[in-house]
Amino acid sequence: MPEHNTGADWINVDFISVTMKNKKKTPTFEETAKAYLSNTQLRRNIGHATHTIREKRETVVGEMPDWEILREAGSQLKKRVMRHLDDYLLQLEASVQEAGGKVHWAGDAEEANRIIADLVKEQQAEEVVKVKSITTDEIGLNQALAGEGIRALETDLAELIVQLAEDEPSHILVPAIHKNRSEIRELFRKKLNQQELSDRPEDLAEAARLYLRKKFLNAKVGISGANFAVADTGTVAVVESEGNGRMCTTLPETLITVMGIEKIIPRWRDFEVFMQLLPRSSTAERMNPYNSFWTGVTEGDGPREFHLVLLDNGRTNVLADEVGRQTLNCIRCSACLNVCPVYERTGGHAYNSVYPGPIGAILTPQLRGLDDEGAASLPYASTLCGACYEVCPVKINIPEVLVHLRGKIVDRKKREGGLKTKTDPEHVGMRWMGRAFTKRSRYERAQKIARLGQKIFVRDGTISNLPGELSGWTAMRDLKPIPKQTFREWWGDRDE
Amino acid sequence: MSSAKDNILGSIRAALREVPAEEQPEDIEVPRDYRKQGEGGVIDIVERFAERVGEYKATVNRIHEEELKDTIAESCRGEGVEALAVPDGFPGEWLPDDLTLLQDKKDAPLSHRELDRSDGVITTCALGIAQTGTLVLDAGAGQGRRVLTLLPDYHLCIIWESQIVELVSEGFRYFEASVEQEGPPLTFISGPSATSDIELSRVEGVHGPRRLEVLIVSR
Ligand code: SF4
Repeated sequence: MPEHNTGADWINVDFISVTMKNKKKTPTFEETAKAYLSNTQLRRNIGHATHTIREKRETVVGEMPDWEILREAGSQLKKRVMRHLDDYLLQLEASVQEAGGKVHWAGDAEEANRIIADLVKEQQAEEVVKVKSITTDEIGLNQALAGEGIRALETDLAELIVQLAEDEPSHILVPAIHKNRSEIRELFRKKLNQQELSDRPEDLAEAARLYLRKKFLNAKVGISGANFAVADTGTVAVVESEGNGRMCTTLPETLITVMGIEKIIPRWRDFEVFMQLLPRSSTAERMNPYNSFWTGVTEGDGPREFHLVLLDNGRTNVLADEVGRQTLNCIRCSACLNVCPVYERTGGHAYNSVYPGPIGAILTPQLRGLDDEGAASLPYASTLCGACYEVCPVKINIPEVLVHLRGKIVDRKKREGGLKTKTDPEHVGMRWMGRAFTKRSRYERAQKIARLGQKIFVRDGTISNLPGELSGWTAMRDLKPIPKQTFREWWGDRDE
Repeated sequence: MSSAKDNILGSIRAALREVPAEEQPEDIEVPRDYRKQGEGGVIDIVERFAERVGEYKATVNRIHEEELKDTIAESCRGEGVEALAVPDGFPGEWLPDDLTLLQDKKDAPLSHRELDRSDGVITTCALGIAQTGTLVLDAGAGQGRRVLTLLPDYHLCIIWESQIVELVSEGFRYFEASVEQEGPPLTFISGPSATSDIELSRVEGVHGPRRLEVLIVSR
């Protein structure tokens, strides 16, 4: 389910370097996507996954007559939280403390990792069990803990697969969707020392169960993300399917939960909105198998110590952008991934971020900043078809944010580009077009010139190959040629 | 006060400069006219609950109170249970006579290893939600600590017909007062543990109990 985790080493290293202001560049979406586009197995797997979940989602959403009201309620509740986030955070801190928990504040990934590593060391634990959490992927927690001699063990089946394979997750909900059963069998044979193993999913799941059960029973510290935290009561929620979340939040003596500051909901009652929206949008179930809600610590039941780490790591920058702010409403359901025509073809890895798909295309550039070239390429990884907005359970207008970010990127280029940008053919072309559009006579003259000039480039009614500097424009798209006669010309000729 | 806290709160306040100082959170209206009160009659609700729990591949049995003891014994036998974990406060008169009962007591709790070695656990529950086929446990008497329903491989759960509400909203509202006052840990269970992580084919049972059986009891 939604909150998640990985052993995605290079992604994590990259994240750390970015947060440490070491301006290391990630590759652009265009560069990476090319490689994945030619991987037909991956495309088939992803296509199968997204279509299956998409159809199931439609069915379970279809049985809710009040779905649109719930979406609106979810969106407005999140808006309420964002506009008063400082007060809600203070309220959450107080209620968690009152319930016997400790609250820590972390400005960035480094601070969060420091806090967590110190807490683990206090318990003298060398191994911790984790339930998948994208937030901990974002801060590169596993890598940071490894650097301190602490092994963070992923306990979600898919995350375990990804971690054992030293690979990266490719989907928010089903991170190992790019691996098939025989690949997983090979992996378990090698890494779990299971020689006699079939490739039936039941047997593979059983192997993981046995391996992890021992780990759970011995774990002193558990680490989780949070799907929601209630400001008013201090209650934290983890939504999942396998039961590893329950294990990690119940068995160890110490529980450390890391959450982005935007995961707050005002009151307990608001779960009646979000716990209807999330499961149906995410796993396309009426309700996922397990939801755990805990409020601080309870004597004689579960961990004796509970730590909540509140993470900023760029979120306040997102908050500062009035259009981009809605990005923080996201409840990580992954519905937008499953309907995205771009994601369906490239898969999650092409986004070079722990947040793939449409939500990644707006969240990553805002978290990392637009001077990261790779992140700044993501708002272009979209056809602006709007399918993501339609399914989003909290009504994030993803196309609007995409266009807004594109605008910011262009402005930035103009400001910083100097002479190089001014002589850039796209820029020159746009300026020229802009001039042509200011006056009717200019526009008509331009049409005539273009009609003459385009002749040698038109093939079968389209222009697919412009020469020289202009080739950049047609590398990715075809152009319609200017017609032999314009509408106005036809209208003028009509009566004669 | 930690400096990270000051910094974060400072950045938030700077980011929200355009929000008018007099604006209250409640000024942002939240529509609440989604379904909050079920309309189905009791018979329909119980029927739907049974059906939806069953759709999750849990075993569902509808019985009368008088059949409780026999049904429990039969289910345990059918599942090959020899050592059964029993939470504090579970009615002793329902328990089978021919089993090893592992009683979890407040002053003598079962260890994780004992629970891991048991064959199953029997509990009551706090509420059922028909709309989603969900059982809710709030660690009350007869339900026990969270770990009890987690480590054993088989969970036999008993619910009274009168404990079933129709809608998810009703479910959350039912616990509102207790969460705001005592804050007990709550666990929502909808079918047995499951994963679809390998090629999207669903496997029942990864870490939690792989077999869930629900007895819906009428009086
Ligand atoms: S943006 Fe919306 S649809 Fe996409 S993951 Fe977030 S909540 Fe779900």
